[in-house]
Amino acid sequence: MNGPRMTGNGTNKDMLVATGDTVGGEGHRLRGGWGRGGWAATPRPVRWLVYLALIALAMLLPLQPIGSFMTPRSDWATVLFYPIGVYILLAIGLNVVVGQAGLLDLGYVAFFAIGGYMMAVLGTKVGWRFWEILAVGILASAVSGLILGAPTLRLRGDYLAIVTLGFGEIVRITAQNIDAIGGPRGIAGIPHPPSLSDFEIFGVKPFHYGVLDPRPYYYLLVVLIALTIIFCKRLENSRVGRAWAAIREDEDAAELMGVPTFRFKLAAFAIGASIGGATGVVWSAKVISIIPNNFPFILSATILAAVVLGGSGNIPGVMLGAFLVAWLPERFRVLQDYRVLAFGAVLVLMMALRPEGILPSRRRKAEFAEGAGGMGSLGAEVGSATSEASS
Amino acid sequence: MRRSIQGLAAAAVASTLLLAACGGNDNNGGGGGGGSAQPSTVKLGFMGDLTGENSGIVIPPFNGATMAVDEYNATNPTTKIQLIRYDSQAQPDQAASLAQQALKTDKIVGLIGPAFSGESQQVGPILEEGKIPSVSPSATNVTLGQKGWKYWHRILANDGVQGAGIAGYIVRALKAKKVFVVDDKQDYSKGLADVVDNTLKENGVTTQRDTVDQNGSDYSSTVNKIKAAAPDAIFYGGYYAQLGRLIKQLREGGVKARVLSGDGSLDTGLPKGAGGTNADGAVVGCPCNIDRTGVSSPASKKFADAYKTKFNTVPKIYSAEGYDAATAFIKAIEAGNTTPEKINQFLSTVDTPGVTKQIKFGPNGEPAGGEIYVYLFKGPDYTLLGNAKEAPAPPA
Amino acid sequence: MLHDFVDQFWPSTVDGISLGSIYALVALGYTMVYGVLRLINFAHSEVFMLGTVAVVYTVTEIGVSSPLSGISLIAMLVLLAVVGMVASAGTAVTLEYVAYRPLRKRGASRLAALISAIGASLFLQQLAALVIIPRLFHKPKEGGRLPVQSPNWVERKDVISIGDFVVRNDKLLIVVSAVLMMIALDQFVNRTKLGRGIRATAQDPETSVLMGVNIDRIVTATFLIGGAMAGVAAALYVMRFEETNFFVGFLLGIKAFTAAVLGGIGNLRGALVGGIVLGLIEMYGSALFGSEWQHVVAFSVLVLVLMFRPTGILGESLQQARV
Repeated sequence: MNGPRMTGNGTNKDMLVATGDTVGGEGHRLRGGWGRGGWAATPRPVRWLVYLALIALAMLLPLQPIGSFMTPRSDWATVLFYPIGVYILLAIGLNVVVGQAGLLDLGYVAFFAIGGYMMAVLGTKVGWRFWEILAVGILASAVSGLILGAPTLRLRGDYLAIVTLGFGEIVRITAQNIDAIGGPRGIAGIPHPPSLSDFEIFGVKPFHYGVLDPRPYYYLLVVLIALTIIFCKRLENSRVGRAWAAIREDEDAAELMGVPTFRFKLAAFAIGASIGGATGVVWSAKVISIIPNNFPFILSATILAAVVLGGSGNIPGVMLGAFLVAWLPERFRVLQDYRVLAFGAVLVLMMALRPEGILPSRRRKAEFAEGAGGMGSLGAEVGSATSEASS
Repeated sequence: MRRSIQGLAAAAVASTLLLAACGGNDNNGGGGGGGSAQPSTVKLGFMGDLTGENSGIVIPPFNGATMAVDEYNATNPTTKIQLIRYDSQAQPDQAASLAQQALKTDKIVGLIGPAFSGESQQVGPILEEGKIPSVSPSATNVTLGQKGWKYWHRILANDGVQGAGIAGYIVRALKAKKVFVVDDKQDYSKGLADVVDNTLKENGVTTQRDTVDQNGSDYSSTVNKIKAAAPDAIFYGGYYAQLGRLIKQLREGGVKARVLSGDGSLDTGLPKGAGGTNADGAVVGCPCNIDRTGVSSPASKKFADAYKTKFNTVPKIYSAEGYDAATAFIKAIEAGNTTPEKINQFLSTVDTPGVTKQIKFGPNGEPAGGEIYVYLFKGPDYTLLGNAKEAPAPPA
Repeated sequence: MLHDFVDQFWPSTVDGISLGSIYALVALGYTMVYGVLRLINFAHSEVFMLGTVAVVYTVTEIGVSSPLSGISLIAMLVLLAVVGMVASAGTAVTLEYVAYRPLRKRGASRLAALISAIGASLFLQQLAALVIIPRLFHKPKEGGRLPVQSPNWVERKDVISIGDFVVRNDKLLIVVSAVLMMIALDQFVNRTKLGRGIRATAQDPETSVLMGVNIDRIVTATFLIGGAMAGVAAALYVMRFEETNFFVGFLLGIKAFTAAVLGGIGNLRGALVGGIVLGLIEMYGSALFGSEWQHVVAFSVLVLVLMFRPTGILGESLQQARV
């Protein structure tokens, strides 16, 4: 049958690779996964110690000396929250959809918007508080992911991309046209999260959510990011993650092997959506005023760029991608104007030279090299100058 | 695998250091620079879109403010003022982060701006909690004055007054019975259009509404609606780029009714966008007083002449308002108030003549006075018709 | 609402067909590339946009002493159409060479190709805003995002006027030009060798290769022709609106793609049908619901068509087992 060309010995080995990655841990010889041999070989407690150290490091980031180096002309702590932190969390969410399940979503900003408006509307008009809204927001975004996905996920990859783009714009324009949720004025006066305690350490009150200090919000975001990473990693190593890998590499084969592809694609969409929505809720609670134009298509494209450039499918990769995409234009004002120009050029170049991204997972690298990993290969039908006989 | 991680980390660190070394200090004079040399300098900030596509409306007030500060510093006072520019590019997030910077690192004692209403929504709470007074020369959104902010002020009339003023002109001078109101769905545009619509209705004028898209180019459906409605006048809430397009398509569609708009359209780009002489006869209102040759008062003439000498161009939109906003702070500092708290207290009682109006603020930060002026477009430029309450209908 | 719709039925119809004709011409580019490569050429919108920039520049440089009508208008339009075709086709072919061919040669995944397309689109948009428009029209860098107007070169007259049914000369020219180009393209695809090659490749690529078709040439030709069509659309667009800006491709591109899908992707006549139907739906929708819903109507059509009838009006089977 026509399909992406598979190097090697046919289906068996690829399916094995699909499972091998997940068996991680004490020196299982199957390769797959980035740095798995060395990293996975370290005993669990050590790995957890490193994770905790990383989190502690993240907490320490908003220090003035670091700030004067990283963003000398704007407030480092604010920038750490947005765009850096928010982009990172959004990228992890989009990674589930694009990187894990291989579905191209060009309207991811819609879920960010839904979360943001949930916080705004429920906070100002209904009077709920942040933590309840967060729970509801996650649920509502997941549902919207299901609503968007149900009719569209049967479409081929490129059509899915356009439909999601259309959906993103529909959400934005609708928000602009409906006066009940503020119309073009948006919603202002969104309440901050209620302060958990006035406990103070090193001159900071990390649980006091006021206006002047962006750091408590940043800490909240770090916790959220950590939880999301744990969640996504667990998913990746579970049956769900394996199914996504199979779908990503060759959907038809997966279907034939008995994987209920539609259901898992829907799950990916819903999970990605809920992460986007959660981010929206937290961001909205900090900035306290939102307008429809906060959610343009270019933000979807930016997060996609972050995921793709960083290394889709690999969480450290997309985090790095998001960090670069968020921080570089802030740091180098010259880049600010040419930011999108640079994005575009880098996207084209990367796809030509290194489509797996800066920090890819080993498996994704292999997939891209084979021309698999999402929707088959370009011009598979028309072939290339050195076209081998297809299987 | 271990090696590649280490290699990558090393490369990352190295490149970051390299970038930082090259990136260097591309900022705009002043910056954090520590408490600075003499203890007798205070810092004022100016925030707005200084380099983006809207800079045409922000640079004139910045010039006005700069001129005021320079004039003051030239008198060799005991306390000098340093004006720091914060380029927010009209992005609320950027504005918010710059505001934090201004507050904590630069330690400004007052802010002139933000220039636009959108960024003011996010900067306002920060300045309020940080207790830093601000005077905006151009943010006209009505809700800004309704939030109960104690440290916020503006030196020009808001959109509520502007809309009512223009609507009043339509009723009184143009004697229109039927008006078609259009906006481009943006916050400022819709807000202004709503006020005009409501005021017109209150005065017994029949109105009809429609919208255009700020990014689209085809306004045929709106043109068709207007043509079918055959109004006496058309009011557009929004900016000159879209209005130019609309006027062009209206004239091409055979609609000859007079077009009016608000301060977002007061730009020589309007006749360009409309093409040819299509924009002739358009009347645009503004809470600003653009007096290029200084006819309205001696203070105005002095300002216009000085502005021309310093910047080699006539005063543009909001430049005099920027001057007045700076003057408010200057008077406060002159009187010996050098802390934000004292300056704010001074602002609540200030009562001194400015170029555009008497510099005096109401309890909610709105200016005590504030007239709406109307301008008439003819050819590539516009001229002052007069105060909206008194100006006559333009010659046919 | 309903009253508006009935009231403005004829103007909406005329405007819808006229607008739809421009969509149709741009849709051709999408549909042809998709038919041959199964790739959505995201950057086709910028192919169109750069065509409009070239046309506006040409009109500005040539200058007109007074607005044209009649024969001189048509002559000018033909000249500008050629300019547009050259600019757009040139962009399209360069695009193929830089952004897609390397990927095709390596058998890269379609995901990578789509991302490359998005990157190319963003790049060209910004290039126009930051470099091309400021340089060509002598503006400062910040002014690159503002619209650029051409001098007023079209004298608009009503040519048909029967009660409410009024047709202006420029709108009529747009429809006539689009139909003419469509006929020309149809003839080309059905009668010439190259056209046969394109059809064969779209229908069954492997067999085409076996029959000796040079795929690289076919792909280049596809991009060239699609680009040329967009170039004609660019000239018509400038005739109608006498202005352009760096962002004009984004919205129009999505609409044109919607038109292609609506008519039946890969189907040339479908592009014309889809374009006109979409134009009409947009205009009627605006009259019915208010102009602010114009774009939502178009996007909704896209979503609904893809969900419920992905083969489009004239049909073209997507369900082929080609990945």
